[in-house]
Amino acid sequence: MSTDNTAHGAHTAHVAHHFKTAEQQYSSGKEGIWLFMLTEILMFGAIFVGYALYHNEYPAMFAEGAKSLDWKMGFVNTLVLIFSSFTMAISISFIQKNQQKKAVLALATTVLCGAIFMVIKYFEYQHKFHLGLFPGKFLDVAKVGAEHANLGLYFGFYYVMTGLHGIHVLLGMGLITWCLIRTIRGDFHSQYWIVVEGVGLFWHIVDLIWIFLFPLLYLVG
Amino acid sequence: MAKTTAHGDNYINFEKGIWSWLTTVDHKRIGLMYFITVMFFFLVGGIMALLLRLELFAPNAAPNVGQILANGDVYNQVMTYHGAIMVFMVIVPGIPAILGNFFLPLQIGAKDVAFPRINLLSWYCFMAGAALAIATFFTTKIDTGWTFYTPYSIRTGTATAMMVLAAFIMGMSSILTGLNFIVTVHKLRAPGMTMHRMPLFIWSLYATAILQMLATPVLGITLLLLAVERFLGIGIFDPKLGGDPVLFQHFFWFYSHPAVYIMVIPAMGIISELITTFSKKVIFGYTAIAYSSLGIAAVSFFVWGHHMFVSGQSETTGIIFSFLTMLVGVPTAIKMFNWVATFYKGSVSFQSPMLYALGFMFLFAIGGVTGIMLATLPIDVHFHDTYFVVAHFHYVMVGGTLMALMGGYFYWFPKMFGKMYNETTARISFVFIFIGFNVTFFPQFVLGAMGMPRRYFDYIPAYENLNKISTVGSWLILIGFLFGLYTIVQGLLKGEKAPMNPWGSKTLEWQTASPPPHDNFSVEPVVTAGPYEYR
Repeated sequence: MSTDNTAHGAHTAHVAHHFKTAEQQYSSGKEGIWLFMLTEILMFGAIFVGYALYHNEYPAMFAEGAKSLDWKMGFVNTLVLIFSSFTMAISISFIQKNQQKKAVLALATTVLCGAIFMVIKYFEYQHKFHLGLFPGKFLDVAKVGAEHANLGLYFGFYYVMTGLHGIHVLLGMGLITWCLIRTIRGDFHSQYWIVVEGVGLFWHIVDLIWIFLFPLLYLVG
Repeated sequence: MAKTTAHGDNYINFEKGIWSWLTTVDHKRIGLMYFITVMFFFLVGGIMALLLRLELFAPNAAPNVGQILANGDVYNQVMTYHGAIMVFMVIVPGIPAILGNFFLPLQIGAKDVAFPRINLLSWYCFMAGAALAIATFFTTKIDTGWTFYTPYSIRTGTATAMMVLAAFIMGMSSILTGLNFIVTVHKLRAPGMTMHRMPLFIWSLYATAILQMLATPVLGITLLLLAVERFLGIGIFDPKLGGDPVLFQHFFWFYSHPAVYIMVIPAMGIISELITTFSKKVIFGYTAIAYSSLGIAAVSFFVWGHHMFVSGQSETTGIIFSFLTMLVGVPTAIKMFNWVATFYKGSVSFQSPMLYALGFMFLFAIGGVTGIMLATLPIDVHFHDTYFVVAHFHYVMVGGTLMALMGGYFYWFPKMFGKMYNETTARISFVFIFIGFNVTFFPQFVLGAMGMPRRYFDYIPAYENLNKISTVGSWLILIGFLFGLYTIVQGLLKGEKAPMNPWGSKTLEWQTASPPPHDNFSVEPVVTAGPYEYR
């Protein structure tokens, strides 16, 4: 079983020495990525719990906060991210079929979508800062004319949740760029694509978290 | 992957130079790197502990040594660093990162862990976090205690955010180690090594890894929120802005309670190995011990509320958490009784690792029973934040984890370095640590029952005698660890060459050379029986 690997030449450069087969390496890598994604979800999970608790305690204040967000921008961003998930997914499919050029194009589109997302996010933040909608203790209730004295708490959640998500988008863009360069170099092909698949999974999770963030922050209330 | 340098016949001399160590992906070398760094932090944390005990030798009113640490502020800082260093840099990474890294692949017959480079990355994460934590020592020293409770941690003008980020980074390291172990156990077992043929140390590391994966991210976000709270004042933990400081405690203990089992489950795994090996007898109730590790891991997620019995949570919540907390005693007792049953009709030999195993059982029994006392709601209301709690968790964490760590070191020392240590000095170190430990911490149970609060740097004269005894005990522990250090260094320098299997153990790591070659096994092992086929 394991002994005839070398005979078939399967034990080539992309199978590390401690794995017996490419399949073993692939399934290990895949499990590792899924486990890591689990920790990401748990990390965001805790902050969602915090959001749920305070939303339950101050529903009116959360409603006031949600009103000052621009749901149109959030909606555009949602579409952008969903589309980028699609391009990410097809890039893996292209690599599996050895269509590297198409894969590069798909990956580049994904990075571009991430950039668009961040630019829109930048304008949103910029607008909030302009209005004086700062998090927590920096929000001047009298100046903003807020109805609820602790509106800063809502923006505390807003900036932490979207900020942490934004950092993940930037990380994802970096990782996808790395995959892009390695694809151009020809590292990935129909025998070896686990790295791209892993990064893709990360990207999907980042999208998924946004899909929860968008309604919670922009629409609920 | 052929390297051009001359290869030695084992992992230590496989490649030469400090650079080959800093860039190694060999799990055995990474284990040794953890060994050196963790032991260094253990020394630092230990010196702080001695300082604390010295301060508490006499009340400050007495005209003598009671004023070692200039004032309460310095005492608080030293106490915080002692706690933070010991928890985040010694006991949590201790067994999994050192002995786990070294022996997990060896015990399941793998060439390495599943992700060797991530393994190295986790060491660098650990070092980066540790460096950041130590750096706070040179800025405004943190004085919150290792739990960073809000609102004090938000208000204090010290380096909370930096320390908390350091703990976050070390948490990353812990997650990566856990992830690596789970995948390794799932995917890289040797032919014939079924899950039910894995050594019990592996089962314990597996359960620990699950805890690391599930609990640490929540601590991560909690600490991140605390740091953001410090920088931006987001209000989540700040009552002035409508937040709730007790929410921090809920989040914090949702990780940190499972974390105490991250500390102790691997210790239990080592004890299982030691007891079966030195009794020359198949372990009693293999499956019960294996699954009780998972049982402890599962229950540990539902017990955090016992840290908040007096925080104003409802009585019903308190009662539920009280009940759930006691439930942890069940899988723990399963292990205890199985170890005792293993002795029955075994030929027990009292080598130093076995002495440590027995020491563990004795101390952990006391720690566990007092844990049940503290889990009892009305008793806890009385004992809350007294020295009784301090004594309890030192019995569990030090008496448990460090005893097992020492036992594990001596047990595996011949395999790790290919040399034997001096049995006599190893036994002397055990005697001093064991007696010193009890002299130090048993009086603290009495002090706690008398009402001495924890974390205070001064006390009324009524507590003086017991505190004196306790401080003297800390010196005995010091002597014990110095003997232990001497034994290790002496063994490294002058030890006789170790045979392949000095204890007559049956697990896989003893079926390869001492020290093991770079690839662990010259021939891939094929497993045909369980791990403890003594008779």
